[in-house]
Amino acid sequence: MRLAPWLFLAPGIAFFAIYVILPIFQSFHISLYRWDGLGDARYIGLQNYERLLDDPAFYTSLWNNVRWLVLYLLAIPAGLFIALFLNQQVRGIRLYKSLFFFPFVISQVVVGLVFAWFYNPSIGLLNPLIGLFGFGPVNILGNPNTVTYGIIAAGLWPQVAYCMILYLTGLNAVDPEQVEAARLDGAKGWKMLWYVILPQLRPATFIAIVVTVIGALRSFDMISVMTSGGPFGSSRVLAYYMFEVSLSEYGFRMGYGAAIAVVLFLIMMVYIAFFLWRMFREERGV
Amino acid sequence: MFPTPVERRSVAVQTTYKALLPLALILWLLPLLMVALFSIKPDADFTQGNLWSWPSTFAGVENYTRVFTDSAMPRYLLNSVFITVPTVIGAVALSCMTGFALGVYRFKGNIWIFFMFVAGNFVPFQILMVPVRDLTVNLGLYDTRLGLVLFHIAFQTGFCTLFMRNFIRALPRELIEAARVEGVSEIRIFWYVVLPLMRPAIAALSVLIFTFIWNDYFWAVVLTQGVESQPVTAGITAFNSQFRAAYHMMSAGSIIAALPPVMMFFLMQKHFIAGLTLGAVK
Repeated sequence: MRLAPWLFLAPGIAFFAIYVILPIFQSFHISLYRWDGLGDARYIGLQNYERLLDDPAFYTSLWNNVRWLVLYLLAIPAGLFIALFLNQQVRGIRLYKSLFFFPFVISQVVVGLVFAWFYNPSIGLLNPLIGLFGFGPVNILGNPNTVTYGIIAAGLWPQVAYCMILYLTGLNAVDPEQVEAARLDGAKGWKMLWYVILPQLRPATFIAIVVTVIGALRSFDMISVMTSGGPFGSSRVLAYYMFEVSLSEYGFRMGYGAAIAVVLFLIMMVYIAFFLWRMFREERGV
Repeated sequence: MFPTPVERRSVAVQTTYKALLPLALILWLLPLLMVALFSIKPDADFTQGNLWSWPSTFAGVENYTRVFTDSAMPRYLLNSVFITVPTVIGAVALSCMTGFALGVYRFKGNIWIFFMFVAGNFVPFQILMVPVRDLTVNLGLYDTRLGLVLFHIAFQTGFCTLFMRNFIRALPRELIEAARVEGVSEIRIFWYVVLPLMRPAIAALSVLIFTFIWNDYFWAVVLTQGVESQPVTAGITAFNSQFRAAYHMMSAGSIIAALPPVMMFFLMQKHFIAGLTLGAVK
């Protein structure tokens, strides 16, 4: 009886410890070395971190991460907006909900390709489309000033779908009696949304924030597929820069890469801690 | 219901709403519709610049057939299946056990082990990349499907444990207590009492993990490199360089690569959404 839980846990913990928990500490360790991944590693203390501070590519990546984080959060109001639009009971609405949701199911690689072609100045639909409204041709992914926004817009597409489905589920569970009571009191429109509906949607909003922040900091696939970090490295984020430093033609600088990963990890840790703290309070409450 | 159901509003509002729905959908799916259109066009349409017209001849059958006959796509798809299916089975099996242990037993350290799984599930992949790649190389599993599967199982166990544990917590405890009073052994309680009740959770998780793993790209490029073991997400880049600038082929290839999780979603929609929105309602 005492032993039982540990027997059930053993295989899961073993796998998780070897492939997830230990590597975190190993990465911290590797970040103190100069290492090409094959030969001998040389201990260099905090030099990798000192070099980061003078590395313009690091600042570009960090700044792009901030943009991702801030703009990605737009997925939450956008998802709520679409959910409100679709929360009806007309015929065929279920199919509409599924079709609005399904970008989330497509791999980010394919979403990236689809948007790269959509933006493409020679074959993409974007330029003819904005041409209708009198805007000139643009090359979103070729311009260092617009490239990151272009990729974020592509990333928002599935993320909005995800937030939408969270809110649709939340709206389904909104207490109809409260809504009717508020209606009798004359509440409607924005006031109703803000004071009656949104408070009941709080669990959905919380999950939407968690998955969106994590998704923003994990952005890698689309950058790799759409631009490979370019032009001139202007669309890199930390996750991509780390990969580039450690595993690409620019050389196998594992130690430097690990240092970048540690910085990304520490940023993420703020959110993880926040999430765990909230969960801890809830568990206590039960 | 909020917003007010359109049936309760004027006919004008109802008609506008019903007209807006398909319009909004087309706008929402526009980039995808463009690629779908490309995939059924013949090569000639691109060279002659007939980009947005209806296909001059319907080349859908030809293009999609060529994806399977003229490229390594079938191999990549097969690799994806052999990576995804074992991962789903492994991660769900492990997390049924961890979820059971954490959901049913009260013991010291329970919550900390649970938190370890939850926290690990959120870490950025890059902090694991160098050590996991190193470990895989040392095990002789670099560029094998097994190497990818082992890592995926381990990582997904984090999310699956969170899911299973919360699901088991919500089951009626009396069932388990009653079985204990009867003197049923713990392993039999797990197998005969709890596991049958977990069917919906197992279904929901399987669909979700299938999609996550099928769509994985990062670990595919970190742990594999050739046609022998790479899944379709990584293989599509090789496919695209083979058909460079042949947009009708690249479009057809992308649609094929994206299709299995989409089909999974439409077939198992109820389970999929139940899994994804767990916790969105209190």
